[in-house]
Amino acid sequence: MNFSLSATDFLTILPELILCGMGMVVLLFDLFGSGRNTANLAWLTLLSLLAAGYADITMMGQNLMGFSGTVTADDFSIAFELIFLSVTALTVLLSTRYVHERGMGYGEYYSLLLFATAGMMLMASSLDMLMIFIGLEILSLSSYILCGMLRRDARSNESALKYFLLGAFATGFLLYGMMLLYGATGTIRLREIAEALRHEEVFVNPIAWMGMGMILVGFGFKIALVPFHMWTPDVYEGAPTTVTAFLSSGPKAASFAALIRILVEGLSPMQEQWSQVLWVLAVITMTLGNVVALQQDNIKRMLAYSSIAHAGYILVAVVVGGAEGLGAVVFYALAYTFMNTGAFGVLILTADRGRERLTFEDFRGFGFVSPALGVAMFIFMLSLAGIPLTGGFAGKFQIFKSAIDQGYIWLTVIGMLNSVVSIYYYLRIVVVMYMQPAGDDSLQEPPRASIPLYTAIALAAAGVIYLGIFPSGWIGISLQSVSLLTAGG
Amino acid sequence: MIAEQYLPVLMLIGLALGLGGMFTLLAIMLGPKRPTDVKRMPFESGMPTEGSGFRRYHVRFYLVAMIFLIFDVEVIFLYPWAVQFRNLGLFGFGELMVFLAVLVLGLVYAWKKGALEWE
Repeated sequence: MNFSLSATDFLTILPELILCGMGMVVLLFDLFGSGRNTANLAWLTLLSLLAAGYADITMMGQNLMGFSGTVTADDFSIAFELIFLSVTALTVLLSTRYVHERGMGYGEYYSLLLFATAGMMLMASSLDMLMIFIGLEILSLSSYILCGMLRRDARSNESALKYFLLGAFATGFLLYGMMLLYGATGTIRLREIAEALRHEEVFVNPIAWMGMGMILVGFGFKIALVPFHMWTPDVYEGAPTTVTAFLSSGPKAASFAALIRILVEGLSPMQEQWSQVLWVLAVITMTLGNVVALQQDNIKRMLAYSSIAHAGYILVAVVVGGAEGLGAVVFYALAYTFMNTGAFGVLILTADRGRERLTFEDFRGFGFVSPALGVAMFIFMLSLAGIPLTGGFAGKFQIFKSAIDQGYIWLTVIGMLNSVVSIYYYLRIVVVMYMQPAGDDSLQEPPRASIPLYTAIALAAAGVIYLGIFPSGWIGISLQSVSLLTAGG
Repeated sequence: MIAEQYLPVLMLIGLALGLGGMFTLLAIMLGPKRPTDVKRMPFESGMPTEGSGFRRYHVRFYLVAMIFLIFDVEVIFLYPWAVQFRNLGLFGFGELMVFLAVLVLGLVYAWKKGALEWE
């Protein structure tokens, strides 16, 4: 047996290695550092994210392969890795004050964020079912703990336990599906699976079809597609708000990346069938997410259902497939990252001294109490609703344009109708902020200023507007990133 | 197509179920039943039982159990490496040292956080 590994192998996973190594350094720094300075830990975390991002950008366009073809650093994975890094960087900026005030374990919090990010990056860059699974587990285990970081809070504990139990259940489905696919095709490499499935006798094997179904169920849980979404509102509501911001954009995008890898690289011969299944899932996910979000009085819960609905929009693009559809997934994932973390950022900033302001009533007259934050929230809500000149619009436009081009007329119509429904609950915040007077119970004065939090919100708002007005740059990168995927299939 | 290969496994399962079931059934049908209070007590190595089996355990038992598991797995990984030490050479040595360093970091963390304190 030959175990020699070359430098290329390690270069391929260099960003992941940086994050894992720095995660441990952050942990040690917290243990032995002077006086538990949270700000330093946050800076150290940001620094490692920047280093990983730099490593990613230098590798762009090289399509490195490592560890005998199980891991790759192609443009698809790098585009998604940059999205994950922005999610985590925004989350770290948003966490600085929240973590301190709520007394969450400092070193553990930041190092778990780094480990989770490394897991997401591994998911996006694996060409092998086992590596995808390992990445998913690194991510999941870290996020279970992150949900329960508020140890004295019963809701946070409930959230962690629920997420853990249902997550473990979903993992079981996923692993079962992978095992069945391995049983049918005799390999765990995605590209070899696709090759094996082109043979008639493998293609008609029911074991392979059961495998595909179970993998869809497993990822359905992880992405929170209806009808596998039951855990989402409770987990998102109970988890610390910073963790919710992270969970609703990062892991979701990572699961989409891994799902696309499996479906497009591994199960491409079955495309006709899985796209029909996903068609139905996309329709019910969009519809249920939007309709239930209408009735929520808690903004955090509303955003949880809205994230389900947005997963439905992204799924439309996966169904459409091809360079255009998959490029739209990459584009939308970044746009959603900015608008979603931004909206959560405003919620985090208004959470003062342990009291969180999460209901619509709390935001009465907020637009006049704090004009800058009001405008930021306004931008994020417009973008989530998909109003032109925002990143949300550019993303939805590409999804539905690719759907029409491929002849998915009904899917487009249903998606558009859903988009119209969603305007009601997004603009409800805007109406409350600007058209209702501040009550006794609502926020009376602007929240205490915090430079990292304002920076994060400003960055997110700038990102939303940039993607809305100049979408072509990121469209180019996202189309480039999926070109290899679609050319091979 | 490969079903014949699994036939012995199936036979073994059948044999195990059949034999086990048969003994249990025979014991139920043929065995005399004269229960007394002493006989019906749960058997705890001869000690008289006390209290209910369902009670809350202190969390430190779980901590110790987890730390034990981590280092147990570590030793399991060391065995195959030790057997193949010569073949794996310097590279294998380096890999294992990285692995051990990560685990030592875990030990330092657990120690510093007081997971090893019993009182």
